[in-house]
Amino acid sequence: MLGKLTLSAIPYQNPIVMGAVAFMVLAVIAVLGAITVFGKWKYLWKEWLTSVDHKKIGAMYLILAGVMLLRGFADAVMMRAQQAMAYGPHSGYLPPEHFDQVFSAHGTIMIFFMAMPFMIGLMNCVLPLQIGARDVAFPFLNSLSLWLTVVGAMLVNISLAVGNFARTGWLAYPPLSELHFSPGVGVDYYIWALQISGLGTTLTGVNFIATILKMRAPGMTLMRMPVFTWTALCTNILIVAAFPVLTVSLALLTLDRYLGMHFFTNDLGGDPMMYINLIWIWGHPEVYILVLPAFGIFSEIIATFSGKRLFGYTSMVFATMAIALLSFVVWLHHFFTMGSGADVNAFFGITTMVIAVPTGVKIFNWLFTMYRGRVRFESPVLWTIGFMITFVIGGMSGVLLAVPPADFVLHNSLFLVAHFHNVIIGGVVFGAMAGLTYWFPKVFGFRLNETLGKAAFWCWLIGFYVAFMPLYVLGLMGATRRMDHYDNPAWQPLFVVAAIGAAIIFCGILLQLAQVVVSLAQRERARDLTGDPWGGRTLEWATSSPPPAYNFARVPVVRDRDAFWDMKQRGVDMKAPVYRPIHMPRNTGTGFVMAMVLGLAGFAMIWHIWWLAIGGVAAAGAALIRYAFDDDRDYYVEAEEVRRTEILRGRAQLRSV
Amino acid sequence: MLLLSGCQWAVLDPKGPIGLQERSIIITATVLMLLVVGPVIALILIFAWRYRASNEKADYRPDWSHSNRIEAVVWLIPCFIIAALGVITWRSSHSLDPYRPLDSQVKPIRIDAVALDWKWLFIYPDEKVATVNQVAFPANVPVEFHITSATVMNAFFIPQLGSQIYAMAGMQTQLHLLANEPGTYQGLSSNYSGEGFSGMTFKAIALPRQGFAAWVAQVKAAHQTLGAEAYEQLARPSENNPVAYYSQVQPSLFADIVARKAVPLAVLGAGPAGPHIRVRALAGARTLQVSLLKDTGSPATRSN
Repeated sequence: MLGKLTLSAIPYQNPIVMGAVAFMVLAVIAVLGAITVFGKWKYLWKEWLTSVDHKKIGAMYLILAGVMLLRGFADAVMMRAQQAMAYGPHSGYLPPEHFDQVFSAHGTIMIFFMAMPFMIGLMNCVLPLQIGARDVAFPFLNSLSLWLTVVGAMLVNISLAVGNFARTGWLAYPPLSELHFSPGVGVDYYIWALQISGLGTTLTGVNFIATILKMRAPGMTLMRMPVFTWTALCTNILIVAAFPVLTVSLALLTLDRYLGMHFFTNDLGGDPMMYINLIWIWGHPEVYILVLPAFGIFSEIIATFSGKRLFGYTSMVFATMAIALLSFVVWLHHFFTMGSGADVNAFFGITTMVIAVPTGVKIFNWLFTMYRGRVRFESPVLWTIGFMITFVIGGMSGVLLAVPPADFVLHNSLFLVAHFHNVIIGGVVFGAMAGLTYWFPKVFGFRLNETLGKAAFWCWLIGFYVAFMPLYVLGLMGATRRMDHYDNPAWQPLFVVAAIGAAIIFCGILLQLAQVVVSLAQRERARDLTGDPWGGRTLEWATSSPPPAYNFARVPVVRDRDAFWDMKQRGVDMKAPVYRPIHMPRNTGTGFVMAMVLGLAGFAMIWHIWWLAIGGVAAAGAALIRYAFDDDRDYYVEAEEVRRTEILRGRAQLRSV
Repeated sequence: MLLLSGCQWAVLDPKGPIGLQERSIIITATVLMLLVVGPVIALILIFAWRYRASNEKADYRPDWSHSNRIEAVVWLIPCFIIAALGVITWRSSHSLDPYRPLDSQVKPIRIDAVALDWKWLFIYPDEKVATVNQVAFPANVPVEFHITSATVMNAFFIPQLGSQIYAMAGMQTQLHLLANEPGTYQGLSSNYSGEGFSGMTFKAIALPRQGFAAWVAQVKAAHQTLGAEAYEQLARPSENNPVAYYSQVQPSLFADIVARKAVPLAVLGAGPAGPHIRVRALAGARTLQVSLLKDTGSPATRSN
C-alpha cells in the first residue's frame, strides 16, 4: 500500500536532522497559523496561489529563492564548520553519510532552487513591463511553472524528514548514483525534484521566448530591446535547448534505477561516462542561464545610475549571443581528466577561453558606461562594482582551469570550488541582489532601507573574499573537494578562516532579513509614488509602483533604445486621452493543483507507491483537460475602472512632487 | 602563510618534470591574464571614483555611448591574450598529455593502480607484488601507471608529481609521471566516491635505486598473497585502510578487473551504502571505531 515507506524512514536517531526538521515544521506551522489567525486563506488563494499576474508570480519566485537561500546557506555553514574541525584526530560532528548529503543538497538547492528561481523571478517581475506588455504570452503556463518549481523544492526539503537525500554530489554522477551503490531513496528524491522543477523551467523558457518575440510594444525592434530583455531572451533560448538534455539524462538514470536497465551502469554495456557528457552538455549552458540575466541586470543598473546611455549596446548584444552559442561547445572542460586525448582536450580548452573574449568586452563596456557619467553610489551600484572586480578574478581562475595541463593539477580541488563560487556568488548572487534592490520598489511599491542594504553588501563582499580566497590557496596545497575529514595540519587554519568568511556572509544575510523587516515597517515613508525612483531609462519605470494588473493604461510607443528616458526627454504624456477596456487573463487554480498532484506523484515514485503515482499523474491530466475546455479564461477591465485607477495614480504622483 | 614549509604547497612545489611544467603554465597564464585584469580592476575603481555624482568637475556626456576606437581596443585586447593562451593550450595539451610516455633514456617501470571502495590497490606486473595504499618507485625513473576502478569513478592524483586522471570501471587510463628526487609524497583520490572517500589517501614513495630494490624485497617477504579469494575480501567496502603488502599476485588480476571479470558484484553482496565496516584510526590512540557490524562476513583488512 505505501511501497517502501515506513515509519523507519524518519531519522529519529539523528539529533541534527531532527532539529532541522523540527525547525522546518515549526516554521510551516507558524506561517499556516498566522494565515488562519489573520483570516487570510481566501485572500491568499484568490490573489496569490491562483494568480496568473506575472508580477505576483515573480514575487513568489523571489520568496522561494529567499527561503531556499537560507536552507542552502545552512548547509554551507554545516560544511564549513565540519571542515574547520575535522582534521587529524578529530572527526568533526558530521559522519560521512550525513556530510555527503549536506554538500549534495547544498549544490542542488543553490543552483536549482535558489539561483534559478531568483533569476526567473526577476524576469517575471520586470520583463513584460520592460517590453511594454500586459503579461507574459501564456499566463497559465507561467503559474504552472512556478508551482512545479515550488513542488521540486518541497520534495528536496521533505527528504530531510522522510528518508534521506542523495549522497552523490549535485550532479549525481553514475555509477555512484546507480542502484547498486546508492540503494536508498536519496537519488530518487534528487531525480524527481529535478524532473518536476525542470518541467517548470522548460515551460518558462518557451513562455518567455514567445513573450519577448511576440509581445513587444509598437516600435520596439529587436535592436531597441533593453539589454536585460536581450539577456533574458538568450537565457530562455538556452533553457529550451539545454533542459531537455537534463530531462533525458535523468530519465535514463531513472530507467536504470527503476527498471534495471544499464545505460550508465558499470556492467552489461553501460557507460557512466556518457552520463557525465550528457549532464554537462546541459550543465555548462546552465551556468550561462544563471549568469546572462545577471549581466543584463548590471547593464541596466550601471546605465541608470551613471545617468548615461549604456556604452556599446550592439557589442553587448553580440557578446551575449556569442556567449550563448559558445556555451554549447565547452562542456568537456568539466572532465579533461577523463583521458580524452590531447586534440579533444585542446579543442575544448580553447573554445572555453574564447568565451572570455565576449565576457571581457562586457566588462569593458560597463567600465566605459561609467566613463563621463555621473555615478550615484546607491546599493545597486555597489553590488555592480563589487561584481565587476570579483568577476574578473573568477574569470581569470576560470581561464586558468581551461588550460588542460593546469586543470590536471587543479581539477576537483578546492581551487575549482573557489573558482565557481567566485563566479556564481560574484556574478549570479551579486546580480540577483542588485536586481532585487533595483526593482523592489517597482514590484512592491516602496524602497528597501538603504543603510541596511549597504551594510549587507559589505558583509557579503568581505565575507566572500574571506571565505573563498583560502580555498584557492588550499587547492594549490593539494586539498580536494568534498572531504569530511583530512590529515594535513597545515590546511586547518585556512579552513578556519573560510568558516569565519561564511560567518561574515551570514551577517550579511541577517542584515538583509532585517532590511526587509525594517523596510516593511517603514514602508509609508519609503513609498515610490512616482513610479520612477531611480531616474530609470526603460519602460518598467513608465508605469506606477506597483503597476496595476494591466501594467499600462495605454501601451507605450517606443522610439528609442532607452524608451522611457526618451519619453521623459520629449515630455510624452503617458495618460491616455480616452480609456479603453483592457483584455486580461483570469486567475486559475489549475497550475497550483496540477503541480501539487504531480508533486504527490513524484513522492509516490520515490517510495514506490505505484497506485498513488498513477493517480497523481492522472489527476494532473484531468485538471489540464478540464482547464482546456474552460471557456471562461479571460475578462475585460472596464474603461471606467482603468480611468479611476489612473486618476488616483496621477493624484499620488502630484502629491509626491 | 610563509611559515608553512615548502612541501605544503603541493601544486606549487612539484618534485617532477610534469608538475614543474604544469606549475610554469599556471604562472605564465596567470601573469598573461594579469596584464589585462590588473589594469581593468584599477580602471573600475578609478572611473567609479572620478565620475562619482558629487564630482561636478568631471566631464558629463549623457548621450555618449559609442566609439569605434574603444570598441576595437576592447575586442582586440582579449583576442590577443586568448590567442596567446590558445597557443600555450594547444602545445601543452599535447606535450603534457598524460598518455604520452616521458622523454627519457631510462626504461619506465609499470605500476597498475586500482580504485576500490575505499582504498588503492597497486599491482607491480614485473615485480609480481601488490600493495594497498602505498606505492613506491625509483626516483628519476619514469613511472607508467595504468589505472582502473573496480567500483565507482575515482581520480588518481599525486599533487607534487603532477597530473591526475580518472579511474573508471571497465576502462583503463594511463598516466606517466616521474619523481626528480627521493621523497614521500601524498596521494589521494580527487573524485568523490562515497562514504569512505576522505580516507582514500596513500603515500607515494620515490626511492633511490637500491632503496627501491630493498622495498620490493620487503614486500616479497610479506605473508599475504593476493589470489582470487584474497582479492574478493579486499574488494569489499572498507574505510581508512592501513598499508598492506602482498608478496604474490595473480598475474591476470589487473586485466581481469578491467574486463570486469575479477569479482562479480553479486558476490560482493550489498553495495558500499549497505552495511560495512568503518575503521577510523585516530592518531595517537589506536581506537577502532567499528560501526554497522551487521556484515560480520567481512573482516576489516588490517595488517599492522
